[in-house]
Amino acid sequence: MNIHEYQAKQIFAKYDVPTPKGLMAESVEQAVENAKVLGGPVWVVKAQIHAGGRGLGGGVKLARSIEEVEKLSREILGMTLITHQTGPEGKLVQKLYIEEGADIKDELYLGVVLDRAREMPVIMASTEGGMAIEDVAHDNPEKIIKVAVDPAIGFQGFHGRELVFGLGITNPDEQKKFISFASKLYKLYIENDAEMIEINPLVKTGNGDFLALDGKMGFDDSALGRHPDIEAMRDISEEDADEREATQYGLSYISLDGEIGCMVNGAGLAMGTMDTINYMGGTPANFLDVGGKANAETVAKGFEIILKNPKVKAIFVNIFGGIVRCDRIANGILEATKLVDVHVPVIVRLDGTNAPEAAEILRNANIANVIAATDLADGAAKAVAAAKQAK
Amino acid sequence: MSILVNKETKVIVQGFTGKEGSFHAEQCMAYGTKIVGGVTPNKGGTEHLGQPVFNTVKEAVASTGATVSMIFVPPAFVSDAVMEAADAGIELAVIITEGAPVRDMQAAKAYALKHSMKTIGPNCPGIITAEECKIGIMPGMIFKKGNVGLISKSGTLTYEGANQVCREGFGISTAVGIGGDPIIGLSYKQLLPMFEADPETHAIVMIGEIGGDLEIQAAAYIKEHITKPVVAFIAGQTAPKGKRMGHAGAIVSGGAGTAAEKMAALDAAGVKVVVSPADIGKAVAEVLAKR
Repeated sequence: MNIHEYQAKQIFAKYDVPTPKGLMAESVEQAVENAKVLGGPVWVVKAQIHAGGRGLGGGVKLARSIEEVEKLSREILGMTLITHQTGPEGKLVQKLYIEEGADIKDELYLGVVLDRAREMPVIMASTEGGMAIEDVAHDNPEKIIKVAVDPAIGFQGFHGRELVFGLGITNPDEQKKFISFASKLYKLYIENDAEMIEINPLVKTGNGDFLALDGKMGFDDSALGRHPDIEAMRDISEEDADEREATQYGLSYISLDGEIGCMVNGAGLAMGTMDTINYMGGTPANFLDVGGKANAETVAKGFEIILKNPKVKAIFVNIFGGIVRCDRIANGILEATKLVDVHVPVIVRLDGTNAPEAAEILRNANIANVIAATDLADGAAKAVAAAKQAK
Repeated sequence: MSILVNKETKVIVQGFTGKEGSFHAEQCMAYGTKIVGGVTPNKGGTEHLGQPVFNTVKEAVASTGATVSMIFVPPAFVSDAVMEAADAGIELAVIITEGAPVRDMQAAKAYALKHSMKTIGPNCPGIITAEECKIGIMPGMIFKKGNVGLISKSGTLTYEGANQVCREGFGISTAVGIGGDPIIGLSYKQLLPMFEADPETHAIVMIGEIGGDLEIQAAAYIKEHITKPVVAFIAGQTAPKGKRMGHAGAIVSGGAGTAAEKMAALDAAGVKVVVSPADIGKAVAEVLAKR
């Protein structure tokens, strides 16, 4: 789960990680009010959406008067912001963050993520703040300092020294401030079961203070149960409505651009099914994992969500029943066709536990749109052919 | 021969009396697995499925001589269960539970390594040595005995792969579902040498997916150390960047962990890489025919 910048900064504040003062606004009036409370003389009006690259997309602007705060807030609030992370459809700006301006001397980068190879969190720092870290990693990998911190020992002095010497921070007072900043950030990463924290830029001010000018945080979904305060920060308007609806039924759904709807059990087989469709010259319309507890209701829901997409010309149901029994899925398909108007061909491949019984059920039902397939290759080929024919 | 487990392996179940634990323990016993007891705190001294229940793993090990534990406890208790198993001298913990927090698994795995306990999973189907020992939730009937070892991040692709291998007239020595979480136990790199050393295994099927770099590490290892033919499939060639595809670890981030780079690395290591999982069986038949 991801949160907004203003929420990340609320968490930073709890851990004494320095940030500029700021206030969230959901209306232009509130934005103006916030600007007055903050005092000025310079403010930054920032779009709050769950995506990076907001500045380049025109969602972060500097204001030098209250009037300008009002004008910019009117412009940004309600706009559809397109950045390299939103996709071409962009994201609607529903919240603003009004922040006091900072005296920026240097822009740095600081982040904490899980290093899967070393199996521990790694702190990443760079003097190349303000740029996309992926680009720095690609063009100047030597400019990223990585310090892995074993949670068994926590953040030690040497971790801090590796960071400041790596960044070329030589002033002892600044060294102390940066090390304190990084150690607090590590602590809040661990204590909140964060998956990722990114501060880009982290700025050094004219006074040699370090400030988190931005803040991006993502959390381990599996750990949200023990962090009700963070779960409460969830902004459902930032999440894809169909993906969210699917989650409520135990389905994992992601929409794609193609024409063949997929309903599969297991994430790996779901991806493999998409790959096979692609390999055979078709295009998958979605990723959909029905999980291990598929029944008539979830299968019907799956059809409903897939069919919301007007591009879908055929559906490929690919189930390898292990614990999931195929006869149950077959009954689910029958139920689903009663509940939902399935107006495209449905290619069904059921293999594994109770597959012969399932084939029998489908044969007896004899539904016009349902086409049986013998295996993965056969099913994918039939789905691709059906989608082509529908054109 | 086989790897890690066989018909002599004594297994206990942590979370034995729960709904999932009971159901799958019973299935494993029906397959022939020597389930010799289980652990459920406060139910020690009772019997379940005809086997003794203990309050602690230490008691269970002392009384039964079990070396492997199959873990079904709820996600919030997984790290505790894994560490208890390690502390009690269990040699291999097979963690089936889905949804354990990453931070917990990090700590649990570090502790397991310290105690030389191997782990498989979490969020995986488990391990099966065909027609001898099943420790997990896979449908046993599709694994016919044979000479192909299988390692997979995905549960259903394990079944798909094994099924195709068997339909081609071959069979499985041992199949291991390693799981697709960000932090997992035994991976390709640790399992490949076991299959290389196992005389019963003549070829290896390796099924990976997008995210992380375990397949890249495996490719480097195969190039240097594996003489047996390897067939590989990487799921998620059509997955969009930045989207998590079901598994917690299956995400292409910052351009790294793509299927294309993994397939290229494996191909360069001499592995027979298939583009569609529908071709796994045929590819195995081809590499075995060449031997």
